[in-house]
Amino acid sequence: MDLTLSHYLVLSAFLFTVGVVGIFVNRKNIIVILMAIELILLSVNLNLVAFSVFSGTIAGQIFAMLVLTVAAAEAAVGLAILVVFFRLRGDISVDAVDMMKG
Amino acid sequence: MEVIAFWILAVIVGAAAVFVIAARNPVHSVLWLILSFFTSAALLVLIGAEFLAMLLVVVYVGAVAVLFLFVVMMLDVDFVELKQGFLSYLPFAALIGLAFFAEIAMVSFAGGGEGTRIQPSPGADSNAEAIGLVMYTDYLLLFQAAGIILLVAMIGAIVLTLRHRPHVKRQNIAQQTSRRRADATELVDVAPGKGI
Repeated sequence: MDLTLSHYLVLSAFLFTVGVVGIFVNRKNIIVILMAIELILLSVNLNLVAFSVFSGTIAGQIFAMLVLTVAAAEAAVGLAILVVFFRLRGDISVDAVDMMKG
Repeated sequence: MEVIAFWILAVIVGAAAVFVIAARNPVHSVLWLILSFFTSAALLVLIGAEFLAMLLVVVYVGAVAVLFLFVVMMLDVDFVELKQGFLSYLPFAALIGLAFFAEIAMVSFAGGGEGTRIQPSPGADSNAEAIGLVMYTDYLLLFQAAGIILLVAMIGAIVLTLRHRPHVKRQNIAQQTSRRRADATELVDVAPGKGI
């Protein structure tokens, strides 16, 4: 049995699911939510590269690189916001993020 | 052989992903995240996408995961308290996850199986060469846009976290260069034997 596209698609579906479940079960902890988002983006990358390799077009790998760029930028800005929020509140619980509520 | 390697790596990456969201200590979560990134890079090497694999190691492990580690260790938060409610959300989350996975896997199996030709670098000798051939020609604008995104993110992160604390002396170059002798010194004509 050869390595097929389905192998990679199912694996990345599993990773995506774990990421989504991670957002739900860690509803209070923003850091773990950000990590779950990273997992989701990783699974998307895996998917794009698998499609690219198994279909013989290079475009998917370029897109995976762009997703990587956005993931890095998102992590940097997200963690910066987290640090600022921690300075303001001394807490990073999601429940505490209601300061802008009127 | 490849399939065996795939399954070993897949089990590692799946288990690491589960531990990322289940670990009690966020530092452990980050370490599991690093493991899953590394193993994903190995999975990409397995199908010949070496350049992306190395990029994954450099960007994700070298930058993103280390950034997470710094922030987790810097924040003084009671993480045990944040973990509360984990079990009460679990059934709902498992339901949604199951639905998600079933749907995506169904789609994957519906069209899968045909694409067994592995061509990681069409039209070139190596994977990096194949990417380089199109990245600076066909996808030049996207490449530039990626650079702008990174620049904006960098400026944004700096602007967000930079702070001016009161009572901390800072260098003000405009003030320094516009300083005149008359502002800083005073000539006093002291009479002999009297003091100032």
